[in-house]
Amino acid sequence: MTFNVLLQNLSNGISLGFLFALIAIGYSMVYGILNLINFAHGDIFMMATFFVYYAIALFSIPWGLAFFVGILLTVLLGISVDRFAYRPLRNSPRISCLCSAIGMSFLLENFAIVVFGGRPKSFFRPEIFTKMYTIFNVRIHSVSIVTPVIAILALLVLTYIIYRTKIGLAMRAISRDFDTANLMGININKTIAFTFAIGSGLAAIGAILWALRYPQIYPYMGIFPGWRAFAAAIMGGIGSIRGATLGGFLVGLLSIMIVVFLPALAGYKDAFIFIGVIIVLLFKPKGLFGEE
Amino acid sequence: MKKNILYFLLSISIILLVIVFIIIANRNFDSYVIRILNLCAIYIILGVSLNLINGFTGQFSLGHAGFMAIGAYLSALLYMSPELKEVNFFIVPLIMPFRVIQLPFFVAVIFAGLFSALIGFLIGIPCLRLKGDYLAIVTFGFSEIIRVIFNNLQNVTNGPIGLKGLPTYTNLWWSFGIAILTVLVVKNLINSSYGRALKSIRENETAAEAMGVNLFFHKSLAFAIGAFFAGLGGALLGSFIMTIDPNTFSFLLTFQLIVIVIVGGLGSITGTVISAIIITVLMETLRSVEAPMNIFGLHVPGIPGMRMLVFAILLMTVVLFFKKGLMGKNEWSWDGLLKKYFPDNER
Amino acid sequence: MSVLKTDNITMQFGGLTAVSNFNIEVKDGELVGLIGPNGAGKTTIFNMLTGTYKPTRGKIYFYDKEINGKGIDRITSLGIARTFQNIRLFSDLSVLDNVKVGAHVHLKSSVWKTIARWPSYLHEEENINERAISLLKVVHLEDLKNDLAGSLPYGEQRRLEIARALATSPKLLLLDEPAAGMNPQESKDLMKFIIEIQNRFKLTIILIEHDMKVVMGICKRIIVLDYGITIAEGNPIEIQNNPEVIKAYLGVEATYA
Repeated sequence: MTFNVLLQNLSNGISLGFLFALIAIGYSMVYGILNLINFAHGDIFMMATFFVYYAIALFSIPWGLAFFVGILLTVLLGISVDRFAYRPLRNSPRISCLCSAIGMSFLLENFAIVVFGGRPKSFFRPEIFTKMYTIFNVRIHSVSIVTPVIAILALLVLTYIIYRTKIGLAMRAISRDFDTANLMGININKTIAFTFAIGSGLAAIGAILWALRYPQIYPYMGIFPGWRAFAAAIMGGIGSIRGATLGGFLVGLLSIMIVVFLPALAGYKDAFIFIGVIIVLLFKPKGLFGEE
Repeated sequence: MKKNILYFLLSISIILLVIVFIIIANRNFDSYVIRILNLCAIYIILGVSLNLINGFTGQFSLGHAGFMAIGAYLSALLYMSPELKEVNFFIVPLIMPFRVIQLPFFVAVIFAGLFSALIGFLIGIPCLRLKGDYLAIVTFGFSEIIRVIFNNLQNVTNGPIGLKGLPTYTNLWWSFGIAILTVLVVKNLINSSYGRALKSIRENETAAEAMGVNLFFHKSLAFAIGAFFAGLGGALLGSFIMTIDPNTFSFLLTFQLIVIVIVGGLGSITGTVISAIIITVLMETLRSVEAPMNIFGLHVPGIPGMRMLVFAILLMTVVLFFKKGLMGKNEWSWDGLLKKYFPDNER
Repeated sequence: MSVLKTDNITMQFGGLTAVSNFNIEVKDGELVGLIGPNGAGKTTIFNMLTGTYKPTRGKIYFYDKEINGKGIDRITSLGIARTFQNIRLFSDLSVLDNVKVGAHVHLKSSVWKTIARWPSYLHEEENINERAISLLKVVHLEDLKNDLAGSLPYGEQRRLEIARALATSPKLLLLDEPAAGMNPQESKDLMKFIIEIQNRFKLTIILIEHDMKVVMGICKRIIVLDYGITIAEGNPIEIQNNPEVIKAYLGVEATYA
């Protein structure tokens, strides 16, 4: 294994890690505030790519605007999912919410199949995102450079919102103690909607970066990154933004490294993710990186 | 005592009716209808066994497809002839002793069920301390792990290619027979002291334990029995559709069972039976929507994905508006029927 | 041989010591009261006795048999039953079924025999049914036997909990604030009821209560806890006059039974 190849894989892993982190945060935030695993999150991710695709394909919007429109539509989608599938069940037993989440996931996937068609489509890639750069003898995709930058920016904005705004305070309060927050006059529904908005927005950003990297989009494309990101959120400590980020890196790097260092076990790669999740849930339910 | 004998006779007569029905069906119904009847029975087996774990014991497991896969594969590996195995395992030969063994269908299915039960028990152990979402995730994880393992063990399961050309042993006798067995066993378990113990775990684990209910034993019991029948169901399904590969037993299949159980009512065997029949028929009817049709000479292209979309909408509707499903926690029983039609007969 | 004997049991949660060196010896047929301000550690002691918590230090002997660290269900099968401070019934099960669950711990039939409806199982089931109905008669709930437990009014839910605990055939019964939420008449009835079941089922009872009328009325011996430490032990008169107790807990109230 040459140093170059190692660096190459490392950069891939880091880039992937950021992508997973962006998606994982959505899972973490919703779980932190609602104690609900939003199974539909990966599918919201998928829908983002189709929103952008059709914005460009049907309305010939320039790609910058299309990205923005896509993110906006995804945010609206996320808020709607909460409004129609989860809000009515706030006071119902947990199993109902779980079933609703699973149902929502299947609904989005099959809606996409029926309306968009099951065959993969090619995501539009602007010129600048298709270039490969060679730095220190390592070939790096331009998207791999953009991804960390955008992701870090997004995380900074997120941190600002969570720790320096009123609504961020509300979100933290609700995660700590739902009932008391309610009694303190915090508008629960609005705050939860906002949480979904942020989570979906981040997922949309992640989706666009993902699609720029792997331009084939199809209705089931959310399953793979969805479960990886979910595993990242769990392993990092669900409910914690820091955990989701660190978890994202862990999963991103592991995904690449396992294939590289243990090629014989590459077929079992999916299994490892679940083994990781199971081990964490059984022995360190608060995640590897503790609680926030 | 007289009541018990009466109920026993009534149950026997139902079974006799089913037997007569099967004889008539085999003779007169066309193969499409028979196919649907078989599927209904298989889904009854799968649904009732899932309800035992999820509905009655309150352990929301998403791993049922894994148990089915084990049942289907193990039974197939046992009842397939050595020649058929050789044809299938053309890349890597099947390991011994499976390569040379061939057992009768009946024996193969029992083995498959028992092994499934063992796996169900083993999977249940780590799940003991988990609740709600986490339990669902872990059981789903196990199911996926099984799928991935089956996808990779070329010399045991033939990997992603799967097993083709499986002989069709499944017929109305097998499917309805095992369905009746499943319903009887689960019903007898639920309407017993053990059943009450399982339900108490669902209602309040802490109190159940304080009342002397051993959580480990009872949860394992539910998982093991549920997995046993899932294994039987999987074995029947395999021999029915004649081709199995690791993706046959995906989360999609578990999802369909969840829909059946929720629509029927999480705590009702009767509900699951009715729901299984309705949904199986619905599934088959919708299949025609997905294939291209000729309506009055107009070629209407099929809408793939419509079936599952309807399913998902159905699940959402029930979860949001009809939370208790068809029957809630109620059952049809001879007792209930008697009280309704002969209200004075309280002896 | 005493029914229950603890040897300096202590419960620590991280840095917090909830109960410190608690000693108690209860003889057959006694009715002992355990009182103290909120947070004194009373329910923690119950939790140690029933196996919910494993004592950080110390030993618990039930009929001279060491039980600390044993599983909750095991301890129940040995003969210790409890009710809960906040009622924990099986809401969606019938009143009758709730009681029957208590009997499950002593079931002899195996799962196989149960499923196959073996005569020996049917016989056991009938006994369980009869016993459950008679227990419901004792708590005056037999008319509601088919109602859902969750639909019962509060007072009746409390009685059902006791019936359920009795179904486990306990020798030692731990009652955690059974009079909570009751009006004076109900408390009076409860006092009579507790004495009645004690005699009828030959029970030894330990009672946690805040209602002083009840405690002073029926307990022959009372232990007072404060911040996890036993500060007094004696009969009702001694306790009522104990300056430590008055300081910690009883306050200025002077009217008891």
